Amino acid sequence: MLHRTLDQVVRRQSGRVLGALIRQFHDFELAEDVFQDAVRKALETWPQRGMPRNPGAWLTAVARRRALDRLRRVEVERRHAPMLEVSLEVDERELQASEAELLHEDERLRLMFTCCHPALALEAQIGLTLQTLGGLTAREIARAFLVQESTMAQRLVRAKRKIKKAQIPFEIPGPEDIDDRLQGVLRVVYLVFNEGYFASSGGLIRRELSNEAIRLGRLLHQLRPEDTEVMGLLALMLLQDARGQARFDDAGGLVELERQDRGLWNQAQIREGTTLLERALPRRILGPYQLQAAIAAVHAEASSAEITDWKQIAFLYDLLSKVDPSPLVALNRVIAWAMVFGPEHGLGMLDDLGPPAPGLEEQDLLTRADLLWRAGRLCEARRAYDKLLALTSHESVRGFVEARLASMGSKTEGPTPREMLDGADQS
Amino acid sequence: MKYLCLIYDDENRWLDAKPEEQQQSFAEHMALMEEAQKNKQWVGGEGLQPVRNTVTLRVRNGKTVQTDGPFTELKEQIGGFYLFDCDNFDQAAALASKIPEARTGTIEIRPVMVYEG
Repeated sequence: MLHRTLDQVVRRQSGRVLGALIRQFHDFELAEDVFQDAVRKALETWPQRGMPRNPGAWLTAVARRRALDRLRRVEVERRHAPMLEVSLEVDERELQASEAELLHEDERLRLMFTCCHPALALEAQIGLTLQTLGGLTAREIARAFLVQESTMAQRLVRAKRKIKKAQIPFEIPGPEDIDDRLQGVLRVVYLVFNEGYFASSGGLIRRELSNEAIRLGRLLHQLRPEDTEVMGLLALMLLQDARGQARFDDAGGLVELERQDRGLWNQAQIREGTTLLERALPRRILGPYQLQAAIAAVHAEASSAEITDWKQIAFLYDLLSKVDPSPLVALNRVIAWAMVFGPEHGLGMLDDLGPPAPGLEEQDLLTRADLLWRAGRLCEARRAYDKLLALTSHESVRGFVEARLASMGSKTEGPTPREMLDGADQS
Repeated sequence: MKYLCLIYDDENRWLDAKPEEQQQSFAEHMALMEEAQKNKQWVGGEGLQPVRNTVTLRVRNGKTVQTDGPFTELKEQIGGFYLFDCDNFDQAAALASKIPEARTGTIEIRPVMVYEG
């Protein structure tokens, strides 16, 4: 029981405490090490003496002593001088000093900017953010990203050393850089969210990443309350996550949006997301996260798939493809307009897009197969689904496609002349 | 900490540039140098002659071997460098972003080794 409480306390406090330590010692690795020492010390002493009034301040004070002790040790060894034992006991004065320091919210924002510094590899940015601000261990992060623990540990150590050796600063960027750098932070948070949201395997620890990302999003919003893209990202994550429960059936298979039981959607979270958007959008500083959140909000507003306002969604995708063009956005734009003007229109737009971008072959094929199926061109649809089955490594996609193929029944005779003509047109 | 900024660009761009383009680039380099000197971040910097005047040298089994040309043949070559002394990486990156070749080529920022003791 106490272990669990302590674990939660540590997670909640780690960003603040590490921020304070890193600012003082300019050394990520040292801060991380002494923080772990302080956590061990807490495990030893709290069960007997009870949890201190301000656990974060206690952890900071103990970790700081430990750090000073270590630095002194290095100095002593260098000079071959005798070592004095240092007490790890903290007094009330130290606790109060640490407490005052932890009230500086800037510490955690600085820490985010350092963790998400563009000079670090993207995987390292993600890992560092989860470790220092999320309080996750290297083992948990490794499990969540399906890599070896040693690989993740090494990645984290290298990144911390690079921060120290190249003197990557622990600072909030100046006004000329802050927008670009904030984009980097938002991207890391959204990647963490997606890693959890699209997790088809790996169980709870991976799903937990979405919650962690939302927590980081809330923190960013608290630290930069006026930023519209921060609001947009938080709204987007809340709105997408609100559908979380309905996205998988009991067997773990993927349920597409239109078949989801909308009664399972988390209405409180949807309200929170739309409220944020209603504050952000009127400021007319549009960005990709706000637009994606707006799209998610239109879906969330519809009590059934049939009454979804697809025209509004299609217009939002038009906007998004101007603000933040990407092959995925282009593909989603096709899907939206196909819902407005019908599947044949969508297939035409899809052909205009040309061959799919690398990494998008599966989504492209899934879209084409679905549009063909909706258009009643079943033989072509079947061929597309077969191709998709050969391509996909996602269990949930496989399950969905097999169910769709089964529902199409035994219509396996050759294509009708009409279908053959359409097929010839496309090639 | 010192940061070496290596300037990689297609040197033909410079060799084929019109005189006014060269002047423009030169003026930007001078402005950068003045800024770094004013901020006490300046250690040094030079432009390099084209790679056709380059020699690579190796000593193998006590024998010195010289060969014509650069270490690696690339489309982009090291055309010059700056050495800045900055409080942190971001300051060095801010200076590097003002090197005119950053817009056409690539700047590699290398923190300089610190020897303790």
